[in-house]
Amino acid sequence: MGRSKAKSKGRPTAAKIEELAASVVELAAKRREPSMGIPLRTLSNAKYNKTKRIIEMGAARQDREFFKLGMAKSFMQTMLIASGCKQLIDEGKSVSIRGLYYRTKHTIAGTQEKTFNDQQESDPIIEDLEVAIGALREELHVFASTRGTIVGNLTIVSQGDTIDLRRMGAGGFGIPSICEPDVLGFKKCEADFVLHVEKDTVWQRFNEDKFWKKHNCVLTHGNGQPPRGVRRLLYRLHEELKLPVYVLLDNDPWGYYIYSVIKQGSINLAFESKRMAVPDAKFIGVRSGDFEQFKLPDDVKIGVDDKDVKRAKQILDYPWFEGKKEWKKEVDTMLKHGFKMEVESMMTKSISFVTETYLPHKLKHPGEWLD
Amino acid sequence: MAATKEKPLSKNRNIKSQMMLDFPGKRAPAPTPVSTKQPTPAPKLEKTPEKPRKSATKTFATAESLSKGQREISVSEFFAKNRHLLGFDNKRKALLTTVKEAVDNSLDACEEAGILPDIFVQVEQVEEERFRVIVRDNGPGIVKQQIPNIFGKLLYGSKFHRLRMSRGQQGIGISAAGMYGLLTTGKSLKVISRTGAKKPAHAFEIQIDTKKNEPTIVKDDTVDVEWPHGTQVEIELVASYAKGRQSVDEYVELTAIANPHARFEFVGPAGDRAEFPRTVNELPEQPHEIKPHPHGIELGVLIRLLQETKSHWLTGFLHSEFCRVGPQAAEEICKLAKLNTRANPRRIAKHEAETLYKAIQQTKLMAPPTNCLVPIGAQQILSGLLKGVKAEFYTASTRPPAVYRGNPFEIEVGLAFGGDLGPAPADENAPPAPPNEKQESVQAKIIRFANRVPLQYQQSACCIYKSVLDTDWRRYGIAQPGGGIPAAPMVVMVHMASVWVPFTSESKEAIADYDEIRKEIKLAMQDCGRKLQAFINRRKKQRYEGERRSIFERYIGEVVMACNSIKRVNQSKLEKDLLAIAKRVTARADEQLDDSGKVIKGKKKGDTPESEFGENTVVVERPPADAPTAQAKLIDD
Repeated sequence: MGRSKAKSKGRPTAAKIEELAASVVELAAKRREPSMGIPLRTLSNAKYNKTKRIIEMGAARQDREFFKLGMAKSFMQTMLIASGCKQLIDEGKSVSIRGLYYRTKHTIAGTQEKTFNDQQESDPIIEDLEVAIGALREELHVFASTRGTIVGNLTIVSQGDTIDLRRMGAGGFGIPSICEPDVLGFKKCEADFVLHVEKDTVWQRFNEDKFWKKHNCVLTHGNGQPPRGVRRLLYRLHEELKLPVYVLLDNDPWGYYIYSVIKQGSINLAFESKRMAVPDAKFIGVRSGDFEQFKLPDDVKIGVDDKDVKRAKQILDYPWFEGKKEWKKEVDTMLKHGFKMEVESMMTKSISFVTETYLPHKLKHPGEWLD
Repeated sequence: MAATKEKPLSKNRNIKSQMMLDFPGKRAPAPTPVSTKQPTPAPKLEKTPEKPRKSATKTFATAESLSKGQREISVSEFFAKNRHLLGFDNKRKALLTTVKEAVDNSLDACEEAGILPDIFVQVEQVEEERFRVIVRDNGPGIVKQQIPNIFGKLLYGSKFHRLRMSRGQQGIGISAAGMYGLLTTGKSLKVISRTGAKKPAHAFEIQIDTKKNEPTIVKDDTVDVEWPHGTQVEIELVASYAKGRQSVDEYVELTAIANPHARFEFVGPAGDRAEFPRTVNELPEQPHEIKPHPHGIELGVLIRLLQETKSHWLTGFLHSEFCRVGPQAAEEICKLAKLNTRANPRRIAKHEAETLYKAIQQTKLMAPPTNCLVPIGAQQILSGLLKGVKAEFYTASTRPPAVYRGNPFEIEVGLAFGGDLGPAPADENAPPAPPNEKQESVQAKIIRFANRVPLQYQQSACCIYKSVLDTDWRRYGIAQPGGGIPAAPMVVMVHMASVWVPFTSESKEAIADYDEIRKEIKLAMQDCGRKLQAFINRRKKQRYEGERRSIFERYIGEVVMACNSIKRVNQSKLEKDLLAIAKRVTARADEQLDDSGKVIKGKKKGDTPESEFGENTVVVERPPADAPTAQAKLIDD
């Protein structure tokens, strides 16, 4: 991220962190128990905004109190992360969440105890801090590892380099975890839409077949559930370049949920939905009906197990799936069939069936999409 | 040292004859022996007919030669062949049995004379496998003429069916120990006894003439001793000495626990000295003797009683020989047995004894009186445990008297928990347990007593042990891996007081597993368990609060540093403020809480109110191990 810009952007965040420390000092001086309000990142506190069609974080907060046995450590950890971020802002540098974990991990004086045992302990604390002070991750000068890839009829500028995404060979361009305009700017776009696929293997097929060239699009994948960077990029492609976003996912509960995250946002990062969710995204496949429609062989079937059934019902219960009859029908059909299908399974027909037959058909028939 | 055995009918002798009489049939725990006659050495001769059978098989002996052979069997032969029955199975146990017999006698003597016992025990190593046992008491002493009889005669007349609570059920008496010493070392038993400050002390050296079972006085002298009255016995014997479980050390320690009214001093072979002070200045009551309860006797006993009675009528016999048989009940029994109420008891003994026996068993009778029982008492158990076990929490529970097979008994349980209770509290060989470490892996130690005498062998065969296993200790917050012995730094003491303790075998080391007994033991243990649980919960609460504070204190430094790195702050002030809050938040750790969790004000640590854990409970604050003078406060009943 451009340093000068980040620095100016970092000031209000730094002030918020300072406030946090100041409140601890102040309360302690009054001999009151220090605490901080952390908005809850739970389903119960994830509200679906029907007008905006995105998931928003509710007002519920949990007081993280230092003098509660179960919270003392996480309170201490939050303060450590805050001080780590403050230091990054002051120095105008950014580190990965893993880097921050190492920056804040040490043995507590006089004990054998570590401030953090592993990164899985520090990652949620970073998210806690984001929501607690209402700062974005990049404003805290923290990023996650690069995940997801992009390729297509688009030219971008990243850290001063102009990159033509048509000339990325077999690898594509790794989507950085922070996709703010100062990290990744759009220079020239000739694409008509964005095709987002679930994972790398499918993306490779589409890239090798130069699908994006033939159909004039941008091709992305997010390695399963897309990380923030990918979602932020999809959002910006849609908002800034006005590209429609089509999503090709497996026909299973996992795929349904990935679609829902891209479209409405996630429960955990509900506070980020407004800058990540793409409510207009369309689910282009794979659909349960495709099995008959495309006369797929029985070999594509993967049996549905108890976990799938449970998860499918859970998904249908989410408020944002409420009233979506088509979706309910889709899930019910999958459960009725008793099998699920992966995008890759299309290859049983022929290697490029999905890029040459399936998707072109789907693109021509918006009626077969799901919203 | 069979001190007070001035009356020729001392329990000590009962035992001997009982041992002897029980032997032939090897009918183990039968509370009463089969034969009837007891006076003098005679019983031995009566018994022998069964023995020679084996040896006779190859010589085709005639009745005459048999009877000749029978007479040849001497006390010493019997003794040598049956050492294991008498507690001399091995060298280590021989030492223990010798000490035990002497100490039991001393305690009995002092108690019968109304003197608070003051007992000195010394084990001296003479040679590698030769030890000298010296036991001295402050009892009334023994008159000169009786000394040889008491120490130099085995199987001296008795009235062994006397139903009275006594230590004497254990072992076979000091003279047997003296004989063991004589047999193994050839040394005489030495006795010094003095009956009063103004009287001289008599010193005897006695040997038992094993052929005649008569004392042989080797030396008879007067000596000067510094003690005013009492008896000292000295026996040299082949033995081996080792500390730990089933040792003499353990015996003295356990005996001290069960007899808090006695003071013990023990000097081991290495010159190590242990003292167990008296903690109760009151003698236990002398137990009453009771007549047998009809439901508790066996047919053989009934026959004997029928033969011996002075009553002329059957109803009179029933009424006078047994407890709880009134004239009405006696008539009822006769009616049920279809016997004439005026029948001659001696005649019935020959013909209708079995019918009568069955009728007796079928008749409903009142339970036997229980005033014959003298329990140790909850307070005394606590004193004993306080003296013998360095724990943190003590509790005791006494059950009301109950009855098994017509024999009244009473169960008492004491429980000590925590503190310095290491791997095995009585085991001095074990490394001392680090005081503050978690000791959850430690197994509870069970200490068993019958009529104040410790039972050190055959633990797993004992009803007490089974009852401990049978109790669900998990309910009281104690781990019990595999439903076995509870795993906790804990000592469980169980005492059974009874006119007749049902032992599983002649060696009298384990109590038979009667449902009634087990039930009582369990109830008493559950009572102690509940009190222990209250204590454990309370301690957990305290520890939890303590942990809480230490967690806060640990993190305060981190929070202060983080705040300072975010924004320069007054670090020491912030730290002070946070510590003050931590102290306030966890103030409970320093407080005394009652059962309902309310704060008890104005009480210092260790000043635990009785109501907190239930009655008969003592909590001792033990500052980590090195402070031996822990302050204990006994709560009054």
